[in-house]
Amino acid sequence: MNIVVLVKQVPDTESPRKLKSDDSTLDRAAADGVINELDEYAIEEALKIKEAHGGEVTVLTMGPAKATDSIRKALAMGADKAVHLVDDGLAGSDALQTSYAIQQALGRTGFDIVILGSESTDARTGVLAAMLSERLGVPQITLANKVEIDGSAIKAQRVTDYGYDRVEATLPAVVSVVEKINEPRYPSFKGIMAAKKKPVETLGLGDAGIDAAQVGLANAATEVVDFADAPARAQGQIVTDEGDGGAKIAEFLASKKFV
Amino acid sequence: MPSQLLSRRDLEFLLYEWLDVERLTSRDRYADHDRSTFDAVLELSEQIATDHFAPHNKLSDAREPTFDGERVRQIPEIKKAMEVFSGAGLLGAGLDAEHGGMQLPYAVGSAGFAWFQAANVATSAYPMLTLGNVNLLMAHGSPEQIDKFARPMVEGRFMGTMCLSEPQAGSSLTDITTRAEPQDDGTHRLTGTKMWISAGDHELSENIVHLVLAKIPGGPPGVKGISLFIVPKYLVTEDGALGERNDVVLAGLNHKMGYRGTTNTLLNFGEGVHTPGGRPGAVGYLVGEPHRGLAYMFTMMNEARIGVGAGATALGYTGYLKSLEYARRRPQGRPVAGKDPATPQVPIIEHADVRRMLLAQKSYVEGAMGLVLLCASLADDAATAPTEEERARAGLLLDTLTPIVKSWPSQWCLEANSLAIQVHGGYGYTRDYDVEQHYRDNRLNPIHEGTHGVQAMDLLGRKVVAGGGAGLAALTERIGETVERAGKAGGELAGHGAALQAAVTRITEVTAALWAPMDVEAALANASVYLEAVGHTVIAWIWLEQALIAAAAPPDAFYSGKLQAARYFFRWELPRTGPQLDLLASADRTTLDMRADWF
Repeated sequence: MNIVVLVKQVPDTESPRKLKSDDSTLDRAAADGVINELDEYAIEEALKIKEAHGGEVTVLTMGPAKATDSIRKALAMGADKAVHLVDDGLAGSDALQTSYAIQQALGRTGFDIVILGSESTDARTGVLAAMLSERLGVPQITLANKVEIDGSAIKAQRVTDYGYDRVEATLPAVVSVVEKINEPRYPSFKGIMAAKKKPVETLGLGDAGIDAAQVGLANAATEVVDFADAPARAQGQIVTDEGDGGAKIAEFLASKKFV
Repeated sequence: MPSQLLSRRDLEFLLYEWLDVERLTSRDRYADHDRSTFDAVLELSEQIATDHFAPHNKLSDAREPTFDGERVRQIPEIKKAMEVFSGAGLLGAGLDAEHGGMQLPYAVGSAGFAWFQAANVATSAYPMLTLGNVNLLMAHGSPEQIDKFARPMVEGRFMGTMCLSEPQAGSSLTDITTRAEPQDDGTHRLTGTKMWISAGDHELSENIVHLVLAKIPGGPPGVKGISLFIVPKYLVTEDGALGERNDVVLAGLNHKMGYRGTTNTLLNFGEGVHTPGGRPGAVGYLVGEPHRGLAYMFTMMNEARIGVGAGATALGYTGYLKSLEYARRRPQGRPVAGKDPATPQVPIIEHADVRRMLLAQKSYVEGAMGLVLLCASLADDAATAPTEEERARAGLLLDTLTPIVKSWPSQWCLEANSLAIQVHGGYGYTRDYDVEQHYRDNRLNPIHEGTHGVQAMDLLGRKVVAGGGAGLAALTERIGETVERAGKAGGELAGHGAALQAAVTRITEVTAALWAPMDVEAALANASVYLEAVGHTVIAWIWLEQALIAAAAPPDAFYSGKLQAARYFFRWELPRTGPQLDLLASADRTTLDMRADWF
């Protein structure tokens, strides 16, 4: 089975994140880059599918040169090879353009399943799986917390507000996962050493057959028109318990519509 | 928020900017490595330590292991942590490739393991003991013993212990009485009792491999008659499966001040509770030759003592970072120069005395970490440096530094933990915060793996006089090289260098004076003062090394902090050695002449 897992490098949520004032894009140099957390679950699920059904796991990453660190980590976890889509012309691409670029790269790798995290911690649009399935013309299974494959059939549980939906489709398909689906493994030391020898193919726009006029900040369909720092946390409210503490807590929770 | 376990930035500074561990990759043994694998190991260690070791540190302290007469019960988080640790292949990281290892330099491995020690020193004791056991078997065991006992430990299925002490014989191993009777089939049967055996019993692994010191009847008296045996909890069949239960049983758990998550046990061998092969007696397998057990045990001593120093350092380090964070967040009081109650209170880090306590901690823990990683790096050089001369030189210096790398962090990083409590004020004395536990945990380190006093006698009685004084010369020459570089750098660093050289010259004089009368009793009576004076001088040297790099780097907060900590150590700490060396030079007999019945 040809399993492609999409891995995005994002700024570490533990470090301060900011947008650049000149073009309103993410300042990737200002913070350490890490694998988008939900993508770690996608990598784990890809490895589990491979372990159960055989095949090969390919990491596909679109991002600047420093995203290599995240690719190496995914390979150290156990993925077999990687494709790194890197080109200055891709900088500032929005979700629509990203889905196009990835579609083009997938044209080179082929796929039976494309797995990705349901959203990234930086942009948080959460639309890539849907856009990609539309472009590829294959079923989309989103927000999966359980995936089973039986021949060419894929069955999944999709998380909803009220519980979950049972969803079935036929491969090839695009699957996005949530954190309840598994517990991502750590890379092993042997995996770290082995990752050094695994193939990483670097693709530019031309290699992937991407039309430069359809990607990049200047051609984006969406635009960040304004942004501001999150407001500082306000002083909390201190309530003195004079025998009516319970009632006051209930009152507070009700006022915030928690109860 | 940056980690409060250790500083990744500082580890990188020490490993790459100072010790230049990347140079090791030009040697055959480390040829498969590069900076990226070193970084990946450090990152992996930090992540697993943070996710699986730190979270149960307080819980395993509050709920220490219990023994119901048959089984030891522990919180399940410890087993899970061990599974993750083994699964990541970290235990075998430094071993030879032919033994399933990845030939990671010891210096990098030590830095990685320090994350686990900082996160949870009690849980980290299990892999540390197991690795010591594995290393010993790899060096001295037969191929069959390696296959049967060491490999399953590397894979995480078995764990190991070191059984030296007995209830009546702790530091004095010459007095052990555990007997090993030779059997017709080539095995031995052991009878006796071992005390203070960490990880001596638990249910964290399929089997426990005890390495036991015992005496074969008829052998030479004293330590020359001690042999080393493998005594597994369960015998292992030819095909590697678990066999009969061996006659080694847990008599009881010790209830400790700290390190509570590590079971510490009294073990009975050969009591007849179990009867392997139909009769009582613990089945043991001789390692190497008879009567050489202590020598085998001591081949691993440098690494074991670096490991204890690293643990003490890691506990000091995490306490420092936690008290630093507390001092930055805790508003209390106002500046002495402006006490207007209408103004807001300032964080306590704004008070000079709090900064004194933080600076002291910084100078102790970062100095100690430097010494630990230097010694680990010397162990790498002693094993793999290109020429015989370089290997011998590194080995000699490491031998001299070993009692210091064990003792100095055990004393001064414990003091750092005390200061961390002080910075927290009353809160630091409560169990709501971590620092009181760090102090209790760290209090073990001056005791085990050779007490402070034993290390002192090792330094003054053996190491500095080894090879007609070559041991001390190896140290003073290396320090002299640093002093020379500091002199060329000029300014404040040249001043530090001059102060350091003065201390070193004095140590050489005092050492000669102590031994001139050829009176062992008098020479060693004040050995711990000697250990502490030399220890402080060595850490001053480590700080001068760090300062030389920091001074040449583009100025930023990190390097400024290094220079200030070095300044602190030279102004506040190194001068402590003056009165200590005066006392030693005076050949003071106060302790020697004191009599037991005068107390």
